[in-house]
Amino acid sequence: MLKQIEGSRAVAECVAMCRPNVISAYPITPQTHIVEDLAMIIGQGKLDAEFINVESEFAAGSVVLGASAAGARAYSATSSQGLLLMCEVIYCIAGMRLPIVLTCANRAISAPLSIWNDQQDSMALRDAGWIQLHAEDNQEAADLHIQAFKIAEQTSLPVMVCMDGFILTHAYEPVDIPEPKEVDHFLPPFTPKNIVDPRSPKGIGLFADPRFYLETRYILHRAMEKSEETIKAVSADFAKTFGRNSGGFIKTYKLENADLVIVSMGSVVGTIKELIDRMEEEGKKVGLVQICSYRPFPRHEIYNVLKDKMNIVVLEKSVSLGRGGILASDVRWSFPRAEKKDRNISSFIAGLGGRNIPMDDLRYMVEKVEKEPVELEFLGLKKELISEKDL
Amino acid sequence: MEQSAEELNKIEKKDLFTSGHRACGGCGQALAARLVADASGENTIACVATGCLEVFSSPYPDPSWRIPFLHSLFENAAAVASGVEAAYKALNKGPVNIIAQGGDGSTADIGFQCISGMFERGHNVLYVCYDNEAYMNTGVQRSSFTPLGARTSTTPMGNKTRKKNMPLLAADHGIPYVATATVDDFRDLQRKVKTALSIEGPKYIHILAPCPLGWGHHGELSVQICRLAKDTGIFPIYEIIHGKVSNVRKIPVKVPVEEYLKLQGRFKHLFKKGQPTPEVAEIQEIANQNIERFNL
Ligand SMILES: Cc1ncc(C[n+]2csc(CCOP(=O)(O)OP(=O)(O)O)c2C)c(N)n1
Ligand code: SF4
Ligand SMILES: [Mg+2]
Repeated sequence: MLKQIEGSRAVAECVAMCRPNVISAYPITPQTHIVEDLAMIIGQGKLDAEFINVESEFAAGSVVLGASAAGARAYSATSSQGLLLMCEVIYCIAGMRLPIVLTCANRAISAPLSIWNDQQDSMALRDAGWIQLHAEDNQEAADLHIQAFKIAEQTSLPVMVCMDGFILTHAYEPVDIPEPKEVDHFLPPFTPKNIVDPRSPKGIGLFADPRFYLETRYILHRAMEKSEETIKAVSADFAKTFGRNSGGFIKTYKLENADLVIVSMGSVVGTIKELIDRMEEEGKKVGLVQICSYRPFPRHEIYNVLKDKMNIVVLEKSVSLGRGGILASDVRWSFPRAEKKDRNISSFIAGLGGRNIPMDDLRYMVEKVEKEPVELEFLGLKKELISEKDL
Repeated sequence: MEQSAEELNKIEKKDLFTSGHRACGGCGQALAARLVADASGENTIACVATGCLEVFSSPYPDPSWRIPFLHSLFENAAAVASGVEAAYKALNKGPVNIIAQGGDGSTADIGFQCISGMFERGHNVLYVCYDNEAYMNTGVQRSSFTPLGARTSTTPMGNKTRKKNMPLLAADHGIPYVATATVDDFRDLQRKVKTALSIEGPKYIHILAPCPLGWGHHGELSVQICRLAKDTGIFPIYEIIHGKVSNVRKIPVKVPVEEYLKLQGRFKHLFKKGQPTPEVAEIQEIANQNIERFNL
């Protein structure tokens, strides 16, 4: 049913339809509305679940870890500092192969404190062994949560659904919310694989000495790579059941004849598509590759769709300080060494700490890389705020 | 579940925590963990924090546990146990005994917040702290349970502060059951575990668990050291049931703290040429305060 609702509400309704058994909650902007809505849904008797108001995000992660290890379908949500505080548990959940689903309402990281959107938080945990899916809009954010439980449970890997804070979480848009019975049909009840159970006592979380540790990481890495098939299959299955395309590995827009291609992820692709349309009217052929699955990284897909494109620009809302664009490095790595020579892959960092990314800035970026490749540039930098002595 | 006095006082030996683990000889914690597991029985899930116990009992592929064992991190056993309990509730499984367990460092320092949260939310979980008064697994560093005067690798001149009083802090959360115990009295320790597990809600048991390596005594002295900890008043034995201090163990013949301190290398520097330094009097004062406070 099409509803004009807040992004957080749409996510909460879809999560509730996935019937999680245990939800842990701790407030942090811009994630908070999601768990508040879930609390209300449970309070109104529309979902039968244990809702645990924990004392920190570290505990929020630990509670869902314990719940999942005891056989529950478990969910939590966080942002920014909360995700970083949870970091240790995030790694542990993946290492223990627990199929937990977590929403990251993407937000900048302190210092300076900023409650506004960028994607540094989930990026900081990209290596943890979690599948990370990025939503373009609220419809996709809602849909991805339904897919996430299925992907997690089929792969025994945790899934983080990333949605841009405020831009999506707080935006009112029409979202098609499925019927509960459709979701029940799509997502079978959870049958856990490895649980603590006195009827068949097992140890979970044993320590591994150097004879064993390396293999556990290799197996986890392979599982992450192999989850590609599941992510694609679940997205296709979703399209069949619900009649719309959401998720998957990558999406493209006006790519075929493009002379220049923008690669990006998250809500900014909406603005990029609009720019592409406008430029098309002006006779310029710009295309888009939109990354939905950031981890596992769609290296082969990117290569396949971009192997004939010689001018590429990566736009991202995070930065590896002292190194540069994180997504840009991933994209650059997607091409075999020998093929890199004549290909320009420019890197732009934008929107940090909630800085607006206006169409004009994007146009400036496109026009600049049409002329020459850009190793690294911070888009929309206000030079007047930076003095010589700051540098 | 109501148990008869006879059942409560029976010493349980079920080998649910098996031998063959890698603890040092005379390790109080290994003994305590076995007593706790055997008192709890098969229908139990152990959520264990990183630390000596976890390391000596859970190497892949041969852990010592014959009950389900769940380890995740150093400071989250109480929160993990909260999650296990929530799962059992949500899935209508159980009843089951859920026991979170950790050392003094994971309990009183880094994991304090998680424990406080678990108590405050009222999860039906027993938390057992194995108190060996320092971070042993990383090589005997000071924790907030390290007693006054004790030498650790990060207090080489002796610890300058008094020990945090965790049982009273636990009780102040308003939880229904708190108890202290030592590893020399199997019956008392196991009775307390069984009593705790018969009560709905969060419970806390604080066990003094001598560490020969960190305390500097011979393994065979662990039991005697526990007795002296009690008879000096240094480690009072009591229960707090629904906020009321009960079943305080009376000291039969009071012993000066020197007797306790002299058996342990960590206090050696408190005696110069056999004569006690002023710190010994201060430690005696702590014992006297305990004796007075709990009417030992
Ligand atoms: C976040 C974190 N910090 C530090 C450590 C290192 N560490 C592991 S065990 C341990 C000491 C454990 O002390 P305690 O809880 O008293 O248990 P014991 O080994 O003394 O039984 C420390 C500091 C860790 N594993 N995780
Ligand atoms: S160091 Fe202490 S606590 Fe650790 S195993 Fe040895 S005796 Fe036990
Ligand atoms: Mg210790």
